[in-house]
Amino acid sequence: MSLRSPIGRVLGHGAAGEGVGHWWSQRVSSVALVILGLWFVSALLRLDDLNFALVTAWMAKPVNAVLLVLLVGTSVYHSQLGVQVVIEDYIAGKGTKLVVMLIVKFLHFALGALGIFAILKIAFGAGA
Amino acid sequence: MNSTSKHPRPLSPFLIYRWQYTNTLSILNRVTGLALTVGFFLFVYWLVAAASGEETYATAQRFFAHPIIKLALYVFSFAFFYHLVNGVRHLVWDTGHGLERASARTSGWVAFIGSVVLTVFFWILVANVGGAA
Repeated sequence: MSLRSPIGRVLGHGAAGEGVGHWWSQRVSSVALVILGLWFVSALLRLDDLNFALVTAWMAKPVNAVLLVLLVGTSVYHSQLGVQVVIEDYIAGKGTKLVVMLIVKFLHFALGALGIFAILKIAFGAGA
Repeated sequence: MNSTSKHPRPLSPFLIYRWQYTNTLSILNRVTGLALTVGFFLFVYWLVAAASGEETYATAQRFFAHPIIKLALYVFSFAFFYHLVNGVRHLVWDTGHGLERASARTSGWVAFIGSVVLTVFFWILVANVGGAA
């Protein structure tokens, strides 16, 4: 005999009230990162040198630029989901948890925006 | 608060279970994930330096050539490969496969040794190309 209300069971959100949303997002982004991560490593190894001219020319190529943007975006997304769980696990105080969570989330978004902007600047700058 | 003494609360698994290498590998997944979050700062620094022009990029190259940063890059690369391989192991588990004790232990060894091999292989390739970092 379940103590859960029928509507609670139908919504399937469980005790945390959020369902599997967070868990699922973590998996989806991880699959994407397997692909993007392997691409990045192999691309890095295929570069003869990491000097300024070669690296910026490589980043400016449309496919590379788009994959890099996806890599940065998916990485920060996956990372903030992961760090969130670590914070939830180890920080008990509600106030501290909230503050640390805000700092971590803001930092992730700022880092992601910075990275993506840098890639786009190189990509769009190269054509001009 | 008072109920604690009357009814002992259940303990977390890590307080009552014997330490095993499989749980070390599990924790290592989290540790490498956090390491990658830190390492991501360096990645973004590299991107921003490249976008800021030749001089800034030269400064970044000197920064990445520093022995301590170089050591950090070795650590981050291992973290990358371990988190990648062990992440795939977790994805396989999520499908309900490979959870038996024997296969979980075998895949644990494969993940750890595999990521060490990949890390070494990566830096050998880097050295031969004469490129990265």
